[in-house]
Amino acid sequence: MIWSVTIFVLSVATLLMFFVSYCRSLMASSSRHPLSREVRDVTGIPALPSGKDFVRVVQLLQLCPERPEDRTGLQAVGLYFKILNVVQRSLAQMIPSLQTWTERELAGCTSFAVVVLDRRIAFSREILAQQGEI
Amino acid sequence: MPGALASFIWLVGTAFELAFVVCSITRKSFFRYFFLNLYFLAVIASSVTRYFFLARFGQGALEYRYAYFFTDVLLTLALYVALISLYSLVFAELQFARYVRLTATLLLLGTALFSYAVVAQSSERLVTTFAYELSQNLYFVGLVLTYILWGAILKLRETRTRLVQFVLALGVYFSAYAASYALVNLASKYSIVFFLGPIVSCLLPLACTITMWRHSEESRLVPAQLVTVER
Repeated sequence: MIWSVTIFVLSVATLLMFFVSYCRSLMASSSRHPLSREVRDVTGIPALPSGKDFVRVVQLLQLCPERPEDRTGLQAVGLYFKILNVVQRSLAQMIPSLQTWTERELAGCTSFAVVVLDRRIAFSREILAQQGEI
Repeated sequence: MPGALASFIWLVGTAFELAFVVCSITRKSFFRYFFLNLYFLAVIASSVTRYFFLARFGQGALEYRYAYFFTDVLLTLALYVALISLYSLVFAELQFARYVRLTATLLLLGTALFSYAVVAQSSERLVTTFAYELSQNLYFVGLVLTYILWGAILKLRETRTRLVQFVLALGVYFSAYAASYALVNLASKYSIVFFLGPIVSCLLPLACTITMWRHSEESRLVPAQLVTVER
């Protein structure tokens, strides 16, 4: 029983560590994507987005046709965003440095969502252009 | 025979494994990640073998148990080799590949000897128990090695997106599988926990397929963005 609990706690801890790193790698892989003027206008987000904009950007994402290759990455980052929110409301209240870190991470999640939105807008344009040709 | 949910999870997992192999062939990376592909092909082959034994002999039959445990140990060995191949890719530029292979072989032999020493004293069915013990121990070694490899990736400031995401997907898989295994021991009265392992097994080929599909071999990450606590 004690061994099972120990294995469970340790594996959940390593799982969280790898999951956080995986989400960060997803976000990092899109960080070099230059944002178009359109997406800046649509979202109204200045150069540095904040975590508060995430929900609004996801709502805008739902209005665009879905690209299958974005879906899983967005779900993983969405889950990461929820975990960060829980951390911000609980542990970060007691540890100020954690507060700064979670805010930065939440902003990273929003940046990722904005990049996905930008790609979806470009995708929608391609579809419209193809339909126009037909 | 397995129920509808178990069969569905099995089908989804097999589809993802097949998707990874097809994707790496179309992206011309099959030989670059040969051992990872070999592992997923081995998973598909073992699923078919297990299904054949299950359909022919039934779940309680000794033949099915033998097939299950031997395919399991073969899969763990294939995953171990795939992990070592990722080590070789990370350390290739440092000319350490030969030492990595040597250390991996010694570690595998050590794990096999340790597993043999554990089962030799107390078991009647030495071969099956040895296969089970070796599989478990190799999983543990795999988890530790993935953790070390992730440390090395951060230290060496590795930038190759595919390599980084494969290692992280392996890390998530190993730790989630270990957690599901522990949960089965802790809460075996809830039938849902028995599905966690197979569900987790679907995530590895899914994450690898997405990585292979979305990123080219030339894709690079900013290493500083991978570090949780910035330096």
